[in-house]
Amino acid sequence: MAVHLQKEIDLLKKSILHLCAVVEDVVNKAVTAVQSRDEDLARKVMSEDKQVDDEEVRVEEECLKALALHQPVAIDLRYIIACLKINNDLERIGDLAVNIAERAVYLSREPDPDIQFDFPLMAEKVQVMLRKSLDAFINMDAAIAHQVLESDDEIDAMNRDAILLVKEHIKSAPEHLDALINLWSVSRHLERIADHASNIAEDVIYMIEGKIVRHRAELI
Amino acid sequence: MNATEQNTAGAKGGVLGSRFQTSTAPKQNADHGVHIETDAFSVFYGSVEAVKKVDMQIAAKQVTAIIGPSGCGKSTLLRAINRMNDLIAGCRPSGRLLFDGEDIYGPKIDVTLLRRQIGMVFQKPNPFPKSIFDNVAYGPKLQGIKRRNTLDEIVERSLVNAALWDEVKDRLGENALGLSGGQQQRLCLARALAIEPEILLMDEPTSELDPKATAKIEDLIGELRGNYTIIIVTHNMQQAARVSDETAFMYEGELVEFGDTSKLFTKPEKKQTEDYITGRFG
Repeated sequence: MAVHLQKEIDLLKKSILHLCAVVEDVVNKAVTAVQSRDEDLARKVMSEDKQVDDEEVRVEEECLKALALHQPVAIDLRYIIACLKINNDLERIGDLAVNIAERAVYLSREPDPDIQFDFPLMAEKVQVMLRKSLDAFINMDAAIAHQVLESDDEIDAMNRDAILLVKEHIKSAPEHLDALINLWSVSRHLERIADHASNIAEDVIYMIEGKIVRHRAELI
Repeated sequence: MNATEQNTAGAKGGVLGSRFQTSTAPKQNADHGVHIETDAFSVFYGSVEAVKKVDMQIAAKQVTAIIGPSGCGKSTLLRAINRMNDLIAGCRPSGRLLFDGEDIYGPKIDVTLLRRQIGMVFQKPNPFPKSIFDNVAYGPKLQGIKRRNTLDEIVERSLVNAALWDEVKDRLGENALGLSGGQQQRLCLARALAIEPEILLMDEPTSELDPKATAKIEDLIGELRGNYTIIIVTHNMQQAARVSDETAFMYEGELVEFGDTSKLFTKPEKKQTEDYITGRFG
């Protein structure tokens, strides 16, 4: 039985790693599309969402199959449960990348509002968080997962700063209202991606340590 | 259990072992949470140590599962609890095995009375070649109960508790060997329950049964939990996970890990446990 289950887990690992790579790629493209106001790249991100959705369904089916047929326990159970949950987060991150891409399409047609907000820095930090959370998952490294959780507050603070800046700019340059609201949306979507990266990190910690650290700041 | 608690538990039954020497003693439920305790308990077959200095505390009125590969000593440990190993030539215990604080291998223990308190269900259903009624009434009759009404009540209650009553109530006089394997095993359970034991030992009770009969026995274990202390040896790890509150993992005679079942099957402490339950060895 262990050999059969190991085969299923190897297959699952391959599928979810591919999904990780695809999702990381669409986030990077979406961020680049905003920064370079590249409508074509943004549309590419939007068209790739179906691939993310299809792979998410496949990973879920593989998880359910392994649970139903092999009734895994211990690390095998924790790995499959972590895959199920991370799979869900990956799909949501894919959707957020599409949301960012949609803002990029809009922003590419608008004049630059020249806001002081350091969007590239926030995007870079969120991408690093996402990469680290996936590295933690792939390498089963709880230490990296803990680092990811520590970064989340910083992203939340950047998002709050972005809201304040956008508010000020709306008052001083109301002609850029639409662009500013779109930029604020991008910030919010990035912050949500960071939240999902944190979820992934929490699931990695559960998988490795068997501890549920959600809602329990003292354990982080 | 500390020394004071042991003294208290011992005093409850009077002189060590006295509770097993009088059939009129009122049934005493464990009131300290620990029903069976082993203290550096070993079992030797000749010079071979089949159970090696096991220390464990089995909680009262819970289900405790013992798992491990063949030959790990789990059945030997189980059979030691009601001294079934006494019947095996060359089998010798060492250390202490306490039942409510009393050493069951103490010199004054009446083994028959001990087995009345600690019933057992075996791997292979083993009804007597008698009627269904007589199988269940056998123990109570040995205890001296003769009144037909009382025996009727005991038989009905035991069969109801073993979830067999509805299937056999109209044919209590028929030979028990005519029952199906699953029914025979439930009959054996009813027979064990008829003498109102405090502890039920189950040695792979479903290994000879089909999935439906297995589910019935597992359901029964769930229903009996709370009224009896149940200790079950099983090769079926999913069964251990389904029915037990606590699980002990044994390997080569040693108790490797013992604790909360849900924890043991999700995040075991020991790598050896993890490797065994995930099928990586054993």
